[in-house]
Amino acid sequence: MDTRTTQQTSEGAVSKIASGIPGFDLISQGGLPEGRPTLVSGTSGSAKTILALQYLVHSIEQQDMNGVFVTFEETPKDIRRNVKSFGWDLESLEKNGKLAIVDVSPEPDGNVIEAGNYDFSALLARVENAVKKVNAKRVSIDSVSAIFSQFADSGLVRRELFRLAAGLKKMGVTSLITAERTQEYGDIARYGVEEFVADNVIILRNILSEEKRRRTIEILKYRGAPHQKGEFPFTISGQGIEVLPLSAMELTQKSSTVRISTGNDDLDDMCGGGFFRDSIILASGATGCGKTLTVTTFLDDGSRRGEKTLVFAFEESREQLLRNAIGWNKGFRKWEEEGLLKIVCAYPESLGLEDHLLLMRKEIESFEPSRIAVDSLSALERVSTGKSFREFVIALTSFIKARETAGLFTATTASLMGGTSVTEAHISTITDTIILMRYVELMGKMERGITVLKMRGSWHDKSIRQYEIDDKGMHIGRPFLNVGGILAGTPTHIVTVETERLEGMFEQEKVGV
Amino acid sequence: MQYVLKLYVTSQTPNSIRALENLRQICEELLEDRYELRVIDVLKEPQLAEEDKIIATPTLVKHLPSPIRRIIGDLSDRDKVLLGLELVSKIEEKV
Repeated sequence: MDTRTTQQTSEGAVSKIASGIPGFDLISQGGLPEGRPTLVSGTSGSAKTILALQYLVHSIEQQDMNGVFVTFEETPKDIRRNVKSFGWDLESLEKNGKLAIVDVSPEPDGNVIEAGNYDFSALLARVENAVKKVNAKRVSIDSVSAIFSQFADSGLVRRELFRLAAGLKKMGVTSLITAERTQEYGDIARYGVEEFVADNVIILRNILSEEKRRRTIEILKYRGAPHQKGEFPFTISGQGIEVLPLSAMELTQKSSTVRISTGNDDLDDMCGGGFFRDSIILASGATGCGKTLTVTTFLDDGSRRGEKTLVFAFEESREQLLRNAIGWNKGFRKWEEEGLLKIVCAYPESLGLEDHLLLMRKEIESFEPSRIAVDSLSALERVSTGKSFREFVIALTSFIKARETAGLFTATTASLMGGTSVTEAHISTITDTIILMRYVELMGKMERGITVLKMRGSWHDKSIRQYEIDDKGMHIGRPFLNVGGILAGTPTHIVTVETERLEGMFEQEKVGV
Repeated sequence: MQYVLKLYVTSQTPNSIRALENLRQICEELLEDRYELRVIDVLKEPQLAEEDKIIATPTLVKHLPSPIRRIIGDLSDRDKVLLGLELVSKIEEKV
């Protein structure tokens, strides 16, 4: 009840403190509710312990807020060793009086005899003592479910844990209490633990979806405080947990009107003078119709102007890309030597989508390119599920746009003629410009056609133009005349009489906006 | 055989008072002067509770004779206390 009064006195708002978990403060709209316990529930292996410790370690390192870790499950020795790989040196934090570990892990000999009534006053006294000793403001308890197996009366354990949670509140510390659950979608936690820290509940999930592991975090409730709803993916990297707040990202990018060249004069003309400086372009086409060439030309043009360019290749190796570039007379090797070009190759299957995103973000942050290409997005789509792929593209595009960088993505269509790629369907609304490249079968000959399907905020050529590829690159020619059904994949000649009739019906489209 | 016992209590709570009374009675009856008992208040000396990894109070820890054994509760279940202190056979002798 005392929580309600604090809530009222502080004008109905619950203040929050930074959690030290990257991305979490965005989805929780500010972090963890200050001075209260928050329950973190998850199945075994859902990274509860890492979350609980990262919260403490980062609070010490980033905010100089000391912490207490109460372990019910693993021994302090195991914990110290397990988290070393994240670069967390618990031992030195303990030595410097910034962290205290309260060891409530089960005794190896185990057998405790119960002979009458008892309570957990000793545990409370130990936690309180540790909090006083290091002047802690943050406490993590991991995981309370483990203590139920040590005592016969689970009702009593629940009651005593409630006292512990109330005690933490009284001490004014902000705490995380972890608990086990048996199913990813089911009861909040085993033993009805949620009954005693019901105010704030976070759920960690580790789901197997289409043969891929997907970790998500969900804020189930935050009493009296706003937060983002639903599951957000997170990943565990060398630095610990990072939440990817994908759809929680804000659309705050400025829009640039500065044009940059595509590297191909004809394509520049079709786009009304080039791409916008901070736009996302999707180039879609069947295999062999010049997507990688478009990427190469675009990046080469950037490097020629002394700009840094970065390409993520998921289909071809570095050597293949360099060889192709030489074939088209583009100086990729030179740009790479001069530090103007960086080629990052990765197998789509080598990592989960979240980890690819982290890796790409790190590369972009450290290299600071002004042009980025991803060849191809479809390769990444193959290793993901629909929803997570869309979230990935949203996250990547907003990250790129926020840096006022141009991003050229390619997508591969399944059919050679016409048709759309699945990738397009997922992300076409996210991109600013879409370029379609298609094979056109005409009079027993394979031709190629290119068109700018959309370009936000700009005039663009609406016709489908024929183009050829030779050792100099792409040459865009005349529009296909008197041919219909190209994009549908069924090109047919329109008889001249009818064209004349149609031309008579409508005025010729004027060039200009 | 010398007994070394520690009883962890929480000040003057009813459970703690009962546990001390029950233990004194058992010791005087069965151990006479062959025991050392130290009573520790977890509120006054939490560091000792930390070292012995005490969760519940009251907790009776039998340090000697080995093995170390823990008995929790107000010790009102006399049979279980005797079992924990390995004094069961001695009752049979007395009876």
